[in-house]
Amino acid sequence: MLRDITLGQYYQTDSAIHRLDPRVKIVATLVYIVSLFVVDNFIGYLIAAAFLVLAIMKSNVPAKFIFKGMKAIYLLLLITMLFNLFLTPGEPLVTFWKLKITKEGLKIAVMMGVRLVFLITGSSIMTLTTTPNQLTDGMESLMNPLKVFHVPVHEISMMMSIALRFIPILMEETDKIMKAQMARGADFESGSLIQRAKSLIPLLVPLFISAFRRAGDLAMAMEARCYRGGEGRTKMKPLAYKKWDIFAYIVIFVYLCAMIAVGILF
Amino acid sequence: MSSETMLRTENLTFEYIRRDEEGNVEGITTAVDGVDLEVKKGEFISILGHNGSGKSTLAKHFNALLFPTEGTVFVDGMNTSDASNLWSVRQEAGMVFQNPDNQIIGQVVEEDVGFGPENMGVPTKEIWERVEESLKTVGMYEFRKSSPNHLSGGQKQRVSIAGVIAMHPKCIIFDEPTAMLDPNGRKEVIRAARALNDVEGITIILITHYMEEVIYSDKVFVMDKGHVKMQGTPREIFSQVDKLKDLRLGVPQVTLLAHELRQRGLNIPEGILDRKELVAALKGLKWQ
Repeated sequence: MLRDITLGQYYQTDSAIHRLDPRVKIVATLVYIVSLFVVDNFIGYLIAAAFLVLAIMKSNVPAKFIFKGMKAIYLLLLITMLFNLFLTPGEPLVTFWKLKITKEGLKIAVMMGVRLVFLITGSSIMTLTTTPNQLTDGMESLMNPLKVFHVPVHEISMMMSIALRFIPILMEETDKIMKAQMARGADFESGSLIQRAKSLIPLLVPLFISAFRRAGDLAMAMEARCYRGGEGRTKMKPLAYKKWDIFAYIVIFVYLCAMIAVGILF
Repeated sequence: MSSETMLRTENLTFEYIRRDEEGNVEGITTAVDGVDLEVKKGEFISILGHNGSGKSTLAKHFNALLFPTEGTVFVDGMNTSDASNLWSVRQEAGMVFQNPDNQIIGQVVEEDVGFGPENMGVPTKEIWERVEESLKTVGMYEFRKSSPNHLSGGQKQRVSIAGVIAMHPKCIIFDEPTAMLDPNGRKEVIRAARALNDVEGITIILITHYMEEVIYSDKVFVMDKGHVKMQGTPREIFSQVDKLKDLRLGVPQVTLLAHELRQRGLNIPEGILDRKELVAALKGLKWQ
């Protein structure tokens, strides 16, 4: 059933990482990504790996789910590694025909590969342990200072959460329209690529019309319930840091210091 | 105006202006045309009419979603056209719409119910109290953590009603709340509306084209082409079966049966509203 799809890839369980404030997790992920691109030696990668293993263990998410995200990027990973392997100039190790593998190329290729794997794993821990709702709330709260530069922070997060709410509804609607058009002889499956793209028009036009109608209805319903933007709005579920969140911040800070120290010393 | 008046319209007229692609006025449709009506506090009012009779347009004026082209609308003594009254009007006169999917904003039931109070700037602790209380009122408390997508139509409408109650309104306008529901869902919603009227004393305005739903109301307004054509108690309205037919409205089956029997010469009263009344009337007949 389409209505049962879950968005993002939230894995429902209880763990120390699940209970952390979404802001902590977003900051940690950002710090982690930055640290991966700063570090360029073996010890640094060892620390990054240790941090990652610790987070995975604490999250109670089966490793199977964490590495599922890798499937989506393995092609990208392969291409990145191959390009770096063959196209980096330097001291040649192996040469066949016009291609040569250099020592520098090998080093960069391995480094890029490890970086990408760590990056994807690290950010999937965040999305696996945080509901889309919490993520939106966390982002709204973190981006709050941007209001000074007239960034519509509240509006962006409101749009994100409404989009999340309506994706399943629109999917269901797509399914309905598709069946209705198929019942009247539409063919979505055969023909060349161009023909198939063309056959999507009778699906997309009604879908867009209905989406706009829904948007109009929703706007009216929101106004009827006194919605007037973020000004003067209170929160039903305000974000509040707990003791563990502070502790997590300290861990992240220590990790960052260690990475910087390793970068300077080695 | 007495303090007992919840809603009042004076010569309310609303025109939709149709424009062509260049923005020139192509034509004007008068959706509501000179309506005067008054609703007292605590009443259960129904507004009947077939499609395009202007009943939904009229309803949107009570919540300040539309503003009169001519005339005035007063909600609890406040003129809706006055911009400074806008938010108090919307808080006092809540609105439940037709499509349950298009009025639920939250991804979790309790968050949706909290949406109104959040907008009003109610403190966090009180939001939780209001959410709990309103979900209990409509009997949806056990679903508070569910996703709205997993609920039935009737349940979704009850969540929408809870979302309105949480704003502590004095009056709730139901704009064809049952049009997209199955018979069970319809019953759920009407039962919730009646309970709010009986127990909480909230003024209810029910806009519908289902005759069966209006028999419980204190007063019925029948609209056609933007005018109020008939008004009175359900019994008064339903005793005029032929007039209702002219307005392209049916009457409840039982009422129709009683009407036909009466026309064939049976001595039973006009305006029978439910099966029990008909049975009683038939039993009272003497065999000739």
